[in-house]
Amino acid sequence: MLATRKPGFLNRFYLVEIIQGLAITLRNLLFHKKVTLQFPEQRRDYSPRYRGQHYIKAVNGVENCTACMLCPTVCPAECIHIVAGEREDKEKYPVKFEIDVLRCCFCGMCEEACPKDAIKLSNIYEMSQEKRSVYVKDFLVEQRGNKP
Amino acid sequence: MTQTELMIMLVKCAVVLMGLLSVVPIMLIVERRGSALMQNRLGPNRIGPFGFLQFTADMLKFVFKEDLTPAHVNKFYYILAPWVTLVPAFMTFAVIPFASSLVIEGNSVHFQLANLDVGVLYCFAIGSLGVYGIIMAGWASNNKYSLLGSLRSSAQMISYELTLGLSILGLVMVFQSLKLSDITAGQGEVLFTLPLLNWTIPKWGIFIQPVGFILFLVSVFAETNRLPFDLPEGESELIAGYHLEYGSMKFALFMMAEFVNMTVASALIATLFFGGWQLLPFFGDLVHLLGGADWVRVLFEAASFLIKVAFFMWFFVWVRWTVPRFRFDQLMNLGWRVLFPLGLINIFVTGLVIYKGVH
Repeated sequence: MLATRKPGFLNRFYLVEIIQGLAITLRNLLFHKKVTLQFPEQRRDYSPRYRGQHYIKAVNGVENCTACMLCPTVCPAECIHIVAGEREDKEKYPVKFEIDVLRCCFCGMCEEACPKDAIKLSNIYEMSQEKRSVYVKDFLVEQRGNKP
Repeated sequence: MTQTELMIMLVKCAVVLMGLLSVVPIMLIVERRGSALMQNRLGPNRIGPFGFLQFTADMLKFVFKEDLTPAHVNKFYYILAPWVTLVPAFMTFAVIPFASSLVIEGNSVHFQLANLDVGVLYCFAIGSLGVYGIIMAGWASNNKYSLLGSLRSSAQMISYELTLGLSILGLVMVFQSLKLSDITAGQGEVLFTLPLLNWTIPKWGIFIQPVGFILFLVSVFAETNRLPFDLPEGESELIAGYHLEYGSMKFALFMMAEFVNMTVASALIATLFFGGWQLLPFFGDLVHLLGGADWVRVLFEAASFLIKVAFFMWFFVWVRWTVPRFRFDQLMNLGWRVLFPLGLINIFVTGLVIYKGVH
């Protein structure tokens, strides 16, 4: 059985309740803090662990990557494509390093697998583009959004 | 009619029409930002200072949308319906006085488009025409939700028009006139003076007919299809009700009609219950301070009227974002079993008081 609640005498007019309600909305309008974040000017602070846009760490303009192929191996989305090559000082380096970011699931396993601390996921989360391009090496070695 | 009179008439028409049209963009931004601020959001604030030019974006969007006529509608009535809703909304304002009179070149100018002897009746007669547009829209859309919306609106409007009429009768009995100009002028008299503070309480409708005011307010909300009585729209149950099948400018016309209806309703509340163009407190002193010329007085009267109307426009928005929608049976219960008898009792008591000779 449903419980029946008897409203008080004043409540039955409903007008008092409406006036109380109006007071509440007016209070919200005037005094309450607004929760809106004004995006381009204000930004939310994300945790340093946030996994955003990729970059390859470079020291003195030379990328840390040695094309060991650990990241394409561990990548569950298989979105990293590396072609290895040899430098004049006999050091292995990636000739091509492409990330098909449309396939990437931002799991961060490449970052974990990397022995050279080369591939990183930055805090950048504005990644919209007008065409479906892949991230090439020249783009990736630009040191944007360095993590602390 | 001399040429000056004709000119004055045309200028008055232009002012009223432009005023009513310019209400739409203002209300658009007030409604959007007001609702946002009440919900602890900020609302549109990018275009212009504080987002006050948002209406340009909204209107451009309406204009540039494809003006689609669905294949399954009755074309004639489908196109006619928005106009049938919009035009009566504008027509009602003709009888509302927005300032007292001024003498220009020997012509006494009344700031009212038409001083009809049956002003109040005209308001309600034209106001009730608006429902035909909604019924037409619902029927011509050939859509069950639209039809349900228009069914509801016809039932609701007819029920609440009764209360609307009854709530005003007490006022008409007190002022002995159906002319809105007479009612407004009558409200300038002094009801009584507060003994200690020497404040005069004017004979405003709200002080002599408080119950009538509440009845009028409630039924005017139902008449304008605003929340808590926006059952014809009922977007959570009927998607959008009667204007479900409408898009682009045709929908904009419905929205304009709603805002203009709100303006007219606010103007009616101000005229009938808050003294219309009668000066607000302290405005009288200001007029004296500025020399008390006739045109200054008229300016302040128009400003008083505008402030009163603006407050009630804001009140419409305020209530909309406070009170949830009624269920249909609750609406009908309220209309027929609470407001209607209250209106009758109010008339009876008013009649009794007038018969006893208390004014």
